[in-house]
Amino acid sequence: MDKEARENSGPEGTVEGNEDLSSIEDPQDRRLFIYPFVVTFIIMFGVWVVLSGKFDAFHLSLGLISCAIVAYLSSDLLFSSPRIKGFLPQLARFARYIPWLMLQIIKANLHVTYLVFHPRMMELIDPRIIKFRSKLQSDLALVTFANSITLTPGTITVDVSIDGDFKVHAIDKASGDPLPGAMEANIAKAFGEV
Amino acid sequence: MDIAVCLLLFAGLFFFTGGAVGILRFPDFYSRLHPAGKLDTLGLLLSLIGLALFNLHHFSLGTLLTSAKIILIVVFVFLASPTATHAIVDAGVRAGLTPWTKGEKRR
Repeated sequence: MDKEARENSGPEGTVEGNEDLSSIEDPQDRRLFIYPFVVTFIIMFGVWVVLSGKFDAFHLSLGLISCAIVAYLSSDLLFSSPRIKGFLPQLARFARYIPWLMLQIIKANLHVTYLVFHPRMMELIDPRIIKFRSKLQSDLALVTFANSITLTPGTITVDVSIDGDFKVHAIDKASGDPLPGAMEANIAKAFGEV
Repeated sequence: MDIAVCLLLFAGLFFFTGGAVGILRFPDFYSRLHPAGKLDTLGLLLSLIGLALFNLHHFSLGTLLTSAKIILIVVFVFLASPTATHAIVDAGVRAGLTPWTKGEKRR
């Protein structure tokens, strides 16, 4: 999740715009700003503990202080749209998307491995560029979709525009045909855009 | 436990081999990126999970931390690999390389 967010950090203007909106519109939305901070902090502190491997008070407090500073400075970059209602359910939905993606990756990997070792591989493959327009709205959903396409073998995202125009290079017909289809539907579900 | 580790390592090696053979056999730049960018990712996932399990043989806090670090490598590769592949494809498109289509000579 972090990478998509990092890539998605976008221009500063829009990020600040969102914050302003949320604080003006509804006092309850103010609370949503705290979740990105807490989640960023937890991720960072987890990585700190794993990488340092020391559990004495000195090292832990150093970690606490630096993670708090970095999380305060960059939590709005990691999750640039706190306007989405219900931040935690959002994370839970995203977590449910990961196992499905893993299954797709493994299935698609087996397919490409079959192609690689096939004696008449040159007759089986039929590379093509597919163009389609995605229904997904938010930047984060589009970036997740693009990365998921690239992760599943047989398809590489060549280009994505801000409006959701995709150009995908597919190795054969079978790899390219399922797009956008089920993967788009699942991402729409994961980002609450059904 | 040892059997699971061996299976994971061999499956990982299998996908790595597939990636290498694919780079040699596929006809052009774009199609070569398919095995290069992604069979490697799954191979790395399987073999590193195997190593993380093997490392947990003597269960203690130290080995647990080492395994967690190995899993972190997997996470970073999963984030970095599609981005790098996309960057390479994008560079190819910008340089004006046209994709190979069926019936052409291999390049």
